[in-house]
Amino acid sequence: MSQHQELIQLQAQAENELADARDEKQLEAWRIKWLGRKGLVPAAVKQIGSLPKEERAAYGQAVNRLKQAVQAAFEARRQQLREDAMAAELYAEGFDPTLPGRRPQIGRLHPSSATMREIAHIFAHMGFEVYTARDVETDEYNFQLLNFPKGHPAREMQDTFHTTVPDVLLRTHTSPGQIRVMRERYPEPIRVILPGKCYRYEQVTARSEMMFHQVEGLVVGKNITFADLKGTLQAFVDQLFGEGRQLRFRASHFPFTEPSAEVDVDCILCGGKGCRVCKYTGWLEILGCGMVHPNVLRNGGYDPEEWSGYAFGMGPERIAMLLHGVDDIRYFFSNDVRFLEQF
Amino acid sequence: MRVPLSWLKEYVDITLPVDELEERLTLAGLEVANVEYIGVEPPASVRFKKQIKPGDVVTGNGRIAWDKEKIFVGQVVNVEKHPDADRLTLVTVDYGAEETLTVVTGAPNLKPGDSGQKVAFATAGAMLIDAYADAFKVRKLKPGKIRGILSQGMVCSERELGLSDEHEGIILLPDDAPVGAPLADYLGDVVFDIDITPNMIRIASIIGVAREVAAITGADLHITMPAWQTSPPPADDYADVEIIDDDLCHRYTASIIRDVSVQPSPFWMQHRLKLIGQRPISNLVDVTNYVMFEWGQPLHAFDYDKLLARAKAIGKDKVKIIVRRANDGEKFTTLDGVERTLDADVLMICDEAGPIAIGGVMGGLETEVSDETRNVLLESAAFEFINVRQTAKKLKLPSEAAYRFSRGVPPRLNPIGNVRGAQLMADLGGGDIAQGMIDDYPRPQPVIEVPVTARDVQRWLGIDLSQDEIIDILQRLEFETRVEDDVIWGAAPWYRLDVSITADVLEEIARIYGYDAIPETLLADELPPQRRNWAWELEERLRDILVAAGLQETINYSMTSIENYRKTFPDNPEDAPGPEMFVTLANPLSQERSVMRRCLGVSALENLQRNLRYTDRMAVFEIGLGYRPELGDGVLPKEIRLLAIALTGPREPGDWLQGDDSPIDFFDAKGVLEALFERLGASDDVEYRAESAHIFGPKAAGVYLKGQKIGNVGEVHPKVREAFDLGDRPVALAGLQIAPLIPYIQTKKKLRAISNFPAVKEDIALVVDEAIPAGKVAALIRQTAGANLKDIRLFDVYRGDPIPPGKKSLAFSLTFQSPVKTLTDKDASKLRRKIVGRLSREIGAELREA
Ligand SMILES: [Zn+2]
Repeated sequence: MSQHQELIQLQAQAENELADARDEKQLEAWRIKWLGRKGLVPAAVKQIGSLPKEERAAYGQAVNRLKQAVQAAFEARRQQLREDAMAAELYAEGFDPTLPGRRPQIGRLHPSSATMREIAHIFAHMGFEVYTARDVETDEYNFQLLNFPKGHPAREMQDTFHTTVPDVLLRTHTSPGQIRVMRERYPEPIRVILPGKCYRYEQVTARSEMMFHQVEGLVVGKNITFADLKGTLQAFVDQLFGEGRQLRFRASHFPFTEPSAEVDVDCILCGGKGCRVCKYTGWLEILGCGMVHPNVLRNGGYDPEEWSGYAFGMGPERIAMLLHGVDDIRYFFSNDVRFLEQF
Repeated sequence: MRVPLSWLKEYVDITLPVDELEERLTLAGLEVANVEYIGVEPPASVRFKKQIKPGDVVTGNGRIAWDKEKIFVGQVVNVEKHPDADRLTLVTVDYGAEETLTVVTGAPNLKPGDSGQKVAFATAGAMLIDAYADAFKVRKLKPGKIRGILSQGMVCSERELGLSDEHEGIILLPDDAPVGAPLADYLGDVVFDIDITPNMIRIASIIGVAREVAAITGADLHITMPAWQTSPPPADDYADVEIIDDDLCHRYTASIIRDVSVQPSPFWMQHRLKLIGQRPISNLVDVTNYVMFEWGQPLHAFDYDKLLARAKAIGKDKVKIIVRRANDGEKFTTLDGVERTLDADVLMICDEAGPIAIGGVMGGLETEVSDETRNVLLESAAFEFINVRQTAKKLKLPSEAAYRFSRGVPPRLNPIGNVRGAQLMADLGGGDIAQGMIDDYPRPQPVIEVPVTARDVQRWLGIDLSQDEIIDILQRLEFETRVEDDVIWGAAPWYRLDVSITADVLEEIARIYGYDAIPETLLADELPPQRRNWAWELEERLRDILVAAGLQETINYSMTSIENYRKTFPDNPEDAPGPEMFVTLANPLSQERSVMRRCLGVSALENLQRNLRYTDRMAVFEIGLGYRPELGDGVLPKEIRLLAIALTGPREPGDWLQGDDSPIDFFDAKGVLEALFERLGASDDVEYRAESAHIFGPKAAGVYLKGQKIGNVGEVHPKVREAFDLGDRPVALAGLQIAPLIPYIQTKKKLRAISNFPAVKEDIALVVDEAIPAGKVAALIRQTAGANLKDIRLFDVYRGDPIPPGKKSLAFSLTFQSPVKTLTDKDASKLRRKIVGRLSREIGAELREA
């Protein structure tokens, strides 16, 4: 057998044995046998020295080719085995991506807070500061200074929780804050919203609560008009419900504003076509508003000959009910987690 | 206020379609709460309209539209007995068609031999209300045999037409009803139900609404002042009137109507009263109601002969009406038969023998008109509105009359109503009226002129109107106007008591000009000084931090019960705050919500109680007010902003991943507080001192900020848990006052330099006395190690072998790092030695050998 044939045979044998190496350990054993310092391939290389001179060049080339081929085969095999091992590890366990994940416990805002925050945010962009006033009030601040004299028929519109202290009551609206902020800020112009809890002596039903929130707005300045009120509310509604809402201002009566209006927005559910929520009118009542009554300005310390102002009020629960399709106001303060978890 | 369109049209031209009129009224402040269509189809724009089918149950008046091709005004040609049924008759009806039709009916108000009556006649195929169904169920009329005789239609009752519940007899129309006319054209109507705001009592009458319609739409009014025909002897011969308390009665007029006979009112009056929601009674009573709804003037009819008899019984020969306050304790029987005890705040109408009516509220039983009444003294008066309101409320006697008086009836309306009422009584009762009106008018109605300028309109409403435009609007509202330089002086018409200042006039201008026509402008006024509301911002910050910590926000009622507070003092309920410590409601809706809460903890427990029925894990917080009367200033309580946190149940909800389902405890709540203080940058100022409170068991601590107590955290005492039915797992509760935290959001945290030199970790386990708090050990380590201590973590607390009893082992992991150099192991061991040395000296700590 020629030396060439021997080398070819040697290479074939090396490659056959390499194919049988199925893990790192077998591969290492193969390496020592073939490529190790005393391995078969170095041994074949060493044979050059024992050959006649004229054969050395040809043999040298052949044995070098052999060495490179075996080396390359080894590297390829090693890479292959690594990938096989990684794959075996990666796919060792069954994997079901539809199993539920590990969820962090998440918290949420109460929907009334979230709605109030949104309202406050929109008004903040228009320069309205948040002013907070007290819940337990005097008859004077809740009624008299707001132009509801004792015995006035408009008081009937607001059934009141009285306390055992004479003339101390739970505020029926956030409006007493109007007097408080005016008395505190005079003679500055005012632009505030007054968020807070209000209370009415009313049987609790799906539509009426004994406690609810209001957000009231008050602007007082030397140049404030009903047209400004309309512009402000349109800007607010466009931001809260989306651009292009229609507003409808209906004449109404509140003792502390004159003129007074109730404000409807075109039904966000049916777009004005008529549905159960808007009672087939196409309109949803969302706000009460008006120009601050001269008596109220005066009670706040502002001369109505010089100053004017507007006020508006809305119920975050009412708005949240419209936005989220809630049909029972009692959910808000029963704090049933099955309700709260949905926001 | 129910307003039938047919009646309204008597005083004002209406050309607008019904739906448009409804919209215009609503925009102008006459809020149309509902529109009823009586026998007529609603306009196409009415969105809820749906085709009504037989079998449908309908509600409200105007339940069905009367088919103009099937339901007519008919006239009875003759009535015969049914050959086979005693109670039934055969009625032949002319309804304008070529042939008459014969129907079978059981109506008791048609008898054999009758003819000529006008009836509502329905032919086959008409939709009617089933008179025998409980609800208002629609049926289709089919010809059918009744006891062998073919009935080809129906003479209808009010119920069958959907007009009312009345089904005793058929409806009999007036003699002038046009035979063959579709009934819908003759009797069909639209009724607006208008909500009246307190300032608009002037529209509590058809004429009042008509005036508004005219002003809003620009249509013509046709209101004629009523006139009467009178004859001697004069009214003065019959009675005198004297108002004693003229602060409560501003005018009292009386007229005398003679020789009337009491009988049912005519069809037109009954029909109108029914449409407006009143039950017809007799001509005299109906007239008082009719005039009230027509003009807004409540009337009261006394039986004059009964008044005269009372006068004669005390030796007088003339009736004298005296208007005065009641005496305290005076007794009086109102016409509902109830004897009432009065006081000096009640205004009485009296004669010389005593009270005969409660002014503006209710008449007396003794002098009321009856079927036998022949002569009437008719009262038309004006009372002080607040007093009437208080009396009606106190005696629980609401009525249509008291409603109007309690919002103000103008004195100038009194004679108008009196003339109208007297003439109607004379017309309908066949009597005559005594000459003149008895009129005591001590407080003439003032005329108030109010100034308004174009500048006022611009300044208040933001619209530019010329003087002429303003005058035009005011004149549409029947204001008297005069101009003086640039000022328009407007005097409201006599029927309005609600205009006294310029703003009242501006409101009227806006209303008639149209709110929708006022432009929208953006605030051009100077921006007020801007301030931040730190208390509000803090609340919002706390909400964000707690939500991020996985807690659900709740908002509970501010009202709770003292009983629930007592439950939080399981061992000594007598220590619970007494009633004087609460803001107490005088008129609570229930005992469970009868006082204002002092803190939020009780609310949280109430909340868990409700929710633990549905879920086993709760992690909630609330930010709100506590009400403390004892800290208040004057009559008002102090309102303190508070935060409460409540946690209970498994730490993680159970699932296939098998997380930590051990029960939440004290350290979960404390951990939330630590995270919260950390985020606010307050951690260094906070310490927790072992101390309990009534609501907690022993695992509790006081929370101190810079040495001041601001709250508590702890596990709720098992007895409290039991009282609130909260199950077996620990409930961890924390409560804080939040105002002291405001400074932390006002200052910004300063960045500490981040060192690029390697950190060295050292673990250190110390054995200390059980009594020494871990917090104290950690604080000492911090003090000793100085600035190079970057982090300290307690990673193990161990008691038991080989640690001697009464001792515990605390293992800390310390991270040292210098901003200026690489710390060597030698540096670290030096620090470690220093720490151990100090701890050994100061608290007797020993290094625990590994
Ligand atoms: Zn709708």
